[in-house]
Amino acid sequence: MDDLLQEFIAETRETLGALSGEIVAWEADPADRARLDAIFRFVHTVKGSCGFLDLPRLARLSHAAEDVLQSVRSGERVPDPALVNAVLAIIDRIGEIVEAIDAGNALDDSTEDQLLAALQGKPAEAPPQLVTPVSNAPRAPARSIRLSVDLLDRMMNGVSEMVLARNELARRLRDSGDATLETAIDRLSLTVAELRDTVTRTRMQAIESLFSALPRLVRDTAGTLGKRVSLAIDGAEVELDREMIELLRDPLVHIVRNAIDHGIEAPEERRRAGKPEVGRLSIVARQSGNRIIVEIADDGRGIDTARLVGKLARQEPDRAAELNALSERRRLDLVFEPGLSTRDEVTAMSGRGVGMDVVRTNVEQIGGSIRLDNVPGRGLTTTIEVPLTLAILSAVVIETGRARYAVPRQSVEEIVAAGSSAVRIDAVGDALLATVRGRRLPLVRLGDVLGVGDAIGTMLMIVNLPGGTFALGVDHVDDTQELVVKPVAPAVMAAGLYAGQMLPDTGVPLLLLDCAGVAAAAGVSFERVVEAEPEIEEPAPEGTSALLFEALDGQRRVIPLAAVERIEPVPAGSTRAAGGRWWVSARDGVLPLIIDAGKAPGGSDLAMLMLASTEAATGYLVRRALDIVTIHDDLLPSSNPAIAGIVVIEGEPLEVIDPVRLAGGAARAVKRPICLVQGLDGGWADSMLRPMIEAAGYRVAQALAPGEVAAVTLAAGDERATGGNVVWLSRDTATGRPQIDPQALAQALALAPGAGR
Amino acid sequence: MSGALHLLAHVGGRAIAVSAEAVDSVVDIPAIVPAPRSHPAVRGLAALRSRVVTVIDTWQVLDLPRGDDDARRAIITVIDGHHHAVLVDTLEDVAPLEVEPVPAGLTLGPRWASVVTGSAERDGEPLLVVDLARLVGGIVAAN
Repeated sequence: MDDLLQEFIAETRETLGALSGEIVAWEADPADRARLDAIFRFVHTVKGSCGFLDLPRLARLSHAAEDVLQSVRSGERVPDPALVNAVLAIIDRIGEIVEAIDAGNALDDSTEDQLLAALQGKPAEAPPQLVTPVSNAPRAPARSIRLSVDLLDRMMNGVSEMVLARNELARRLRDSGDATLETAIDRLSLTVAELRDTVTRTRMQAIESLFSALPRLVRDTAGTLGKRVSLAIDGAEVELDREMIELLRDPLVHIVRNAIDHGIEAPEERRRAGKPEVGRLSIVARQSGNRIIVEIADDGRGIDTARLVGKLARQEPDRAAELNALSERRRLDLVFEPGLSTRDEVTAMSGRGVGMDVVRTNVEQIGGSIRLDNVPGRGLTTTIEVPLTLAILSAVVIETGRARYAVPRQSVEEIVAAGSSAVRIDAVGDALLATVRGRRLPLVRLGDVLGVGDAIGTMLMIVNLPGGTFALGVDHVDDTQELVVKPVAPAVMAAGLYAGQMLPDTGVPLLLLDCAGVAAAAGVSFERVVEAEPEIEEPAPEGTSALLFEALDGQRRVIPLAAVERIEPVPAGSTRAAGGRWWVSARDGVLPLIIDAGKAPGGSDLAMLMLASTEAATGYLVRRALDIVTIHDDLLPSSNPAIAGIVVIEGEPLEVIDPVRLAGGAARAVKRPICLVQGLDGGWADSMLRPMIEAAGYRVAQALAPGEVAAVTLAAGDERATGGNVVWLSRDTATGRPQIDPQALAQALALAPGAGR
Repeated sequence: MSGALHLLAHVGGRAIAVSAEAVDSVVDIPAIVPAPRSHPAVRGLAALRSRVVTVIDTWQVLDLPRGDDDARRAIITVIDGHHHAVLVDTLEDVAPLEVEPVPAGLTLGPRWASVVTGSAERDGEPLLVVDLARLVGGIVAAN
């Protein structure tokens, strides 16, 4: 008999859970015959079982409900709100009685007559209770066998132990080097892995069991507040740890209530705001890796952060200045402050005893996080993210002081090399400050916290904590492992630095670091960070912006961005050498061009950087522009005067072009003095004289253009010299070739201004 | 001789006995992984047959001269669900002991007094009977 009773209780509970959504759906559409039938079946089953099990009270209630539903089915009665409420009240009462039977408690039956009277459509003396506490009893999912929770836990523990034993065995085997056993071990490994997956899944439950109570909750909450809300649920089939579902229940209920009470406006207010009268609440669950994300989005008024700040400032006038300086995101975080209520007046929903601070604490306790996305006037989205399961954790294994530790993967945002160009480390007072791509973070040296050394280490882990973010300097980062976490002994816990212990395949125990404890031990306090944030929000520009480009020789180089006016494409074949220098036919006409290699590589489209510092528009030919980077002033020295220095970007040393040198060269090139060569036959002058003269910094000309003045004139024979410093070359009487007096030539060339650099 | 079974050991040259009921096993523990900033009485962690044990520096707990860093012989005991390895110099024997009160007037010192539950005699040598639960549990309590 007892077995039968237990079976009845469990079954009724289960059906009740599934039914609450049906009832709400039926109310929304009373003509929905399928829903009505489902509810009818439920009360009918309860009635039948009650007669058999001798439960007269339940029998009376279910019988009355069945009668009414039957009359609705036959069309004698119309399911108006009063009738639906009455049926709901009966079903609630059935649930309460079932729980009471299970717990062995007595339940007062004085109001049952009222419930029955309400069912008959008679006005009750007291209005039927609309909001009834939703039963918190654990509900098993539909279509499943019932297993004792204890048994599941023991199974999980057993499998965890087996994984460890397998690891130990595998390690011993590796040490012994016995190859014959390897196949057997491999098979064992595979089986154990499969078993672990399966057992982990037995702990899983569809989140539906959490969501199935929501339609009812939304309906009742909205009804009490006189609001209209439509609920959309998606992802109910997502599975997560049964334990996790239980732990999520309260936070979820709280957030949903908040969304309806504080978020969604009353119908007339919504109409005024140009929104549909019926508010929308959507609850979506999805799996992302080994995390479950639950989003609760409403289209209400959102959070008025200004009012929030004002209210807090009134409560605590001392903090007014600090509060007003907060960024929008920080202001939103104030919602999580203990003892805060955004409501000025008390409503039926208020005074439930838990605030968002409790919600956040609960979520964080299970290794989750909670985030708010607020659009004032348009709605609020609350995102809860929790791990799939509590027992197995993905951990980053790190090394410091020759010992290895684990850090929960979920709290590590990023890992960067301490020596990377994106990282800058400064001593600020007694503390260290790491600037990672312009983001300033307190730097904690793990070795220092553990007392095993005071080096920063080669790697920085950017660690996210509920209160803020810090950089953790460690010696090495090894790998990521999925490991079973076990609690540590109290004497080790006393350190305040560890969250658990793990045993990886190596057989060497790993301590799991508690990042919040590490930060606290290092004296990192996030309250200060909050105050200092307005400064951080607009960091002073660090270093100089520079353009990273690919030079003609294929090397990547950098030029300060200020020296570049713009970048223009240079189509293949648009460059010409003329008058001892390069020109490009560009949009603005023909422009002088600086080419490093001395010769434009043909065949492909290039680009030119238009230099800002030259008087005349001058282009600097490159293969292509790559990126804008930030370089710091502390450049490594370079022996090449055309290079301002060497900067390390992404681990690669790159030359920084000195724009002054470049432009200076361009200017000189433009004003190269002319060396007029008169009366010499072209071939000989070109092959012998031109290289010498050009090396001295002159441009060789056979004739002067209007307005040009020759700095030096080389004349031979009897022609009349046109001007400048004239060097007469005598002709060899035998060959008729001009004879060069090297000394006189050098002297004449050195005289010219700007030559001989 | 009759009485409850006790495990006989030496720590810092002193003979002790622990009730065999409190002993899970007796082992030579492998390499110890340090647990920095833990209680000074914690040497670190060690892996024992796929189980992680907390290694207790018995000399430190009993305020004795620092023991051998390479000491590996340990008594494994489970306290509050956690496995602890209590290091000792040597382990001698398991024998039934008649436990008597500590001789009147004998001052053991504060550390010993908190862990000793009685005394006994074996082959003429006086022994102190140590309660492992108090020895391990006292570490955190004293914190």
